Amino acid sequence: MTPAREAGGDRGAPAREAGGDRGAPAREAGGDRGAPAREAGADQGSVLSVVGLRAGVPEREILEGIDLELRSGEVHAVMGPNGSGKSTLAHVLMGRPGIRVTAGGVSLDGIDLLALPTWKRAQAGLFLLPQYPTEVPGVSLDDALGEALTAAGRDRAEVPELVAAEASRIGFDPRFLDRPLNVDLSGGEKKRNETVQLGVLGPRFAVLDEVDSGLDIDALRAVARRIEAATTESNLGVLAITHYTRLLHVLRADAVHVLVRGSIVASGGPELAEELEQTGYAPYGVDERGT
Amino acid sequence: MTTPSTEFTADAAAALPGPAWMQQRRADALARFEARALPTEAEEVWRYSRIDELDLSAYRPVVAREAPTGLPAAVTAVADAAGPRSGLLVMRDGRLSHAELRDDLSAKGVVLGSLLQAAPDEGAEVLGAVAGAPDAFVELATAFLGEAAFVRVPSKVELDAPLVVVHWLDTDGGAVFPRTLVQVGESSQAGVIEVAASDDVAGLAAPVVELDVGDAANLAYLGLQQLGSRVWQVAYQASRVGRDASLRSFTAALGGGYARLRTDSRLAGQGGSTQLMAAFFGAGDQMHDFRTLQDHDAPRTTSDLLFKGAVRDRARSVYSGLIRIRHGAHGSNAFQTNRNLVLSEGAHADSVPNLEIEENDVRCSHASTVGPIDEEQRYYLESRGVPPAAADRLIVGGFFGDILDRAPAPGVRARLRQAVNDRLESD
Repeated sequence: MTPAREAGGDRGAPAREAGGDRGAPAREAGGDRGAPAREAGADQGSVLSVVGLRAGVPEREILEGIDLELRSGEVHAVMGPNGSGKSTLAHVLMGRPGIRVTAGGVSLDGIDLLALPTWKRAQAGLFLLPQYPTEVPGVSLDDALGEALTAAGRDRAEVPELVAAEASRIGFDPRFLDRPLNVDLSGGEKKRNETVQLGVLGPRFAVLDEVDSGLDIDALRAVARRIEAATTESNLGVLAITHYTRLLHVLRADAVHVLVRGSIVASGGPELAEELEQTGYAPYGVDERGT
Repeated sequence: MTTPSTEFTADAAAALPGPAWMQQRRADALARFEARALPTEAEEVWRYSRIDELDLSAYRPVVAREAPTGLPAAVTAVADAAGPRSGLLVMRDGRLSHAELRDDLSAKGVVLGSLLQAAPDEGAEVLGAVAGAPDAFVELATAFLGEAAFVRVPSKVELDAPLVVVHWLDTDGGAVFPRTLVQVGESSQAGVIEVAASDDVAGLAAPVVELDVGDAANLAYLGLQQLGSRVWQVAYQASRVGRDASLRSFTAALGGGYARLRTDSRLAGQGGSTQLMAAFFGAGDQMHDFRTLQDHDAPRTTSDLLFKGAVRDRARSVYSGLIRIRHGAHGSNAFQTNRNLVLSEGAHADSVPNLEIEENDVRCSHASTVGPIDEEQRYYLESRGVPPAAADRLIVGGFFGDILDRAPAPGVRARLRQAVNDRLESD
């Protein structure tokens, strides 16, 4: 057994079995990724648990009962056609204003995330890499991360060095680091910028909302590799929400869930993503327009 | 401090010092003032203002012959905040109190002093040449003008540090009429920082600033308005920009109770350009009121305006601006942008952009926004673990950041940023 699995086992729910329940083989943990997993005991592993979650906008329900359990170090892909509720799922976890939860719950190691404001969810260890990162004119990356670290009781003086190291890892041109957040950045630069933030903040779980949209293959590879590395280096758990499979060629999923019209209609291992690549969503009663 | 005991009478005006031409100008202006009524909010340029609340009889003109001498610590602090300087002129209650100018600049013919002392004869031609008398307050300001601050930079002189002019209000219940005349000669370069500040007094200030930028000259003007919260200001800044000349004017307004600034910039020579910027932030019951005119009166002229402000508590702000492209000003470009952040439910901002174009071959644009802090921006920052109060501080700081970075005096930028932060976080 690898240390990662032991970590899961310590909590009485081995990662392999968790994956197996869904009919998806658990990854061969850290070793398979060519990097040693974090030592068991140093990190007991965390669980992000979504149970019976129903949510939407005031006019209509979009998510009609979602169940997911994601453990540290695991990558779960949620795949679905346009309009299936993927972005709603990403943002309801983070607590976006305007999304209303009507039933169910979300917890991180037993902490009720839905009871927390967005910033405390982030402080609890949740990170959202949004499909369209918001431009914040006049606000620098360093200042935003400095406030986040200060609120976490960390030393904001670390920020420049951490940012420089993360930027260098993913080949993000340092001259972009001085720009206001996401202002005048291309799609790929924005996603690299987000990935730098993920690396500096070091969350327990990252939700990637269509991270592969709007960026070139080089940027996609750099971003996906960094996140993949985080799953072993810092035992990051990843919920990768995506329409296409190309992300999963670099960031390999332990489990794949198919989201259609607000419900998870199938779950399986990585082979499910390959099936979807062949068949599209038609077998799930979705036509090409995604309806 | 002097206790004002006089009203706005001909006798009071006649008691003010100066040569015969000045006495005559005062008398004529007073006669015109008395002949015209004070403006009301019914007039378009006073719409949304608080002018109907003004009770002129609550104030008395300050007519003491001598200004208090010596520099109060507060004045020194205000002047020093501007950083390295070429010279300093302090006017108290509209009267000369202190003047210093680097020797090498005096030798080059640079003037920094009182108009009536430095240029007693030609003053008649300089005074009012750019401003004219567009409304009753400018007439009143001329009728009770004590001394005018006079800045002259002769042709082909380049200043490496700004000249600083401080207007300090001392007198409770006083009405003061600070006047600043800036002449930048042909092909010269100069920076002027003007500070309007006061003790914690109730007062009325009706400043008039005249900026005359000669052909191919370059003037950077920074106005810092940090009057006390019980001071009413009705200010007028007029500029004339010559051929191939360039004016960069930046106003930072944080003070005052009701503080109005009318800014008229006339592009009088071909190829001239003017950049007008303002940053303002009102709290409590403050009101900031800006009226602007970008007046293109020559071919191929350019004007670019950016006014950004915030209001919180019960504060109000008005921006009303007009781009006028006169017949003959072909090939001109004019841009006008006003952005407002409304930070409290009880606060309010009005924005009224306007265009008046008499030429075809021109490029004009205007944009204005009024709204609260962007919810998406706040959510994004919160999603990184930034608490809401810190997120708001970042967003508001960022909102002002781009304009403050354009303030002509780099040494003042950090202080303005701090002032914005303090204003945001004060109770």
